[in-house]
Order: sequence, then C-alpha cells, then structure tokens
Amino acid sequence: MGCIEKLNYEVIDKHISFKEGATYVSKNCSEIYEVEPGFKLFDKVIIGIPPIRIGIDGDVITFPFTKPCYGTFLLRVSDAEEADMLRRKAKMIKH
Amino acid sequence: MSEKNIIQKKPDSALLLLGCPQVPIQTSAALYLSGMLRRNNVDVTIAGTKSARALVEMADIDAQYTGKLQDIDRIIDHMSDGDFDADVSFVFVHNEAGVAYAATVQAISSGNVIAVVFGSETQARTSELDEIGCPAVTAQGSHNPLPLKRKIDGVLSWDA
Repeated sequence: MGCIEKLNYEVIDKHISFKEGATYVSKNCSEIYEVEPGFKLFDKVIIGIPPIRIGIDGDVITFPFTKPCYGTFLLRVSDAEEADMLRRKAKMIKH
Repeated sequence: MSEKNIIQKKPDSALLLLGCPQVPIQTSAALYLSGMLRRNNVDVTIAGTKSARALVEMADIDAQYTGKLQDIDRIIDHMSDGDFDADVSFVFVHNEAGVAYAATVQAISSGNVIAVVFGSETQARTSELDEIGCPAVTAQGSHNPLPLKRKIDGVLSWDA
C-alpha cells in the first residue's frame, strides 16, 4: 500500500493485533463487511489474517493497514466510491 | 506434518518473502535458503522491504546466492493480479505482520506456502500460523542461525 500516504487518512489505533482491529470495527462501525486477504481497497492489496473486517459509516471506511516493520494500524478514510465498491464486492456481516 | 514432507515434489520456482530485517538471522537464513534452492535449479525470487533487500544484495555482490529481487508490496500486488506466482513461497515471520503476509500469500498463491519462523516469540507466531493452517518451520532465537538452518535443511527434501 505505497500510495496510502497520499490518502487523507486518520489513524484510529496503531501496533494492534488483527483481532483487536476486528473487535474495534465490530463495536464501532454501523456497517461491517469481511474480505479475504488479497482484496484490493484503494487499488492496493489488503494484507491480513482472515477474515478481515472493514467498517463503513456513510462514506467513511475503517480498515486495517499492515506494514512489515510497524505492524497493523487501523485507519479511517472518507471515500464514497470505495465505500460503494465495498458494499458491492465484500461479504456483508452487518448493515 | 514433519518438515521432510511439506514440499512433495521439486519446485521449479520459489519466492522468499522477507519482512522487517530487525532480527539478525533473517538475512543469513534467506541467503542460505536461496543458495540451496538455486543449487537445486529452482528459480528464486526474493521480495522484501527496502532494507531487507539491501542487506542480502550487499552481502552477495555477484548474486551467487540470490535470484531476482523485488519490492515486497509490488510482488504481492503482482500475485494478487495473477501476474506472478511461485511453486513454493517461504514467508519469513518474526512478528504478527509476518503472519499477516503469510496469510495473504496463502490466499493469493496457488503454490505451497511455508512460514519460516524465528525470533523471541516463536510460540505465539506458530499458534497464529496454526489458526490459518499455514505449515511452518520454527527455531527460537534471533542470533544463532544454526537451529534454523537445520530446520531449513529438513524442509528442502522432496521425492523427485
């Protein structure tokens, strides 16, 4: 996810486990979706331990972002087009 | 599954995926594994972070042991698009991010995926790999590469 730096993102949490990220999404997001690792979001591959939980609130997407040296971050980005793509392509868990 | 039968038949191609080179034995183990695979006529690609690639590249000035070098995220992107794959992928793991990369390669590769686990938290990492069903070779420790070498030797055996 090299181009993630170009997104206007908010860091919700950092250096978390995947389970912690999934728990946050489950508790705090109004819509919840699951994707497999390899799913592309913002045109980049999502790295992670399945099932990967992604949350949506309106146009705001909450998702895990993993870097090899720094572990997993939970990021929040507002993007209507990608939110619609997720609603179409990802597995819906809660809506 | 024992190390000796993780790889059933001789692979034609292999990917070595290197994460953060924070743990010293990663570079040595990667050079050794790559060299042994190439000795067996396996086409090797090493993908890693910028620092991980620089460490192996600098240690192997004539590319005797290493094959092609690629950026870790670029190779994942190519695999996801179906533009690259390997018969066997070795994912080096010493932190949870390494487990996440192993899970991702498992999801996007049609070949075998083997985690090479080392460092100070091998038990936790091995449990996480068990949960995702990824076979692993494991050696506790960060500095002495010999226990990990023995495990790598064990996995480099196949029927034909």
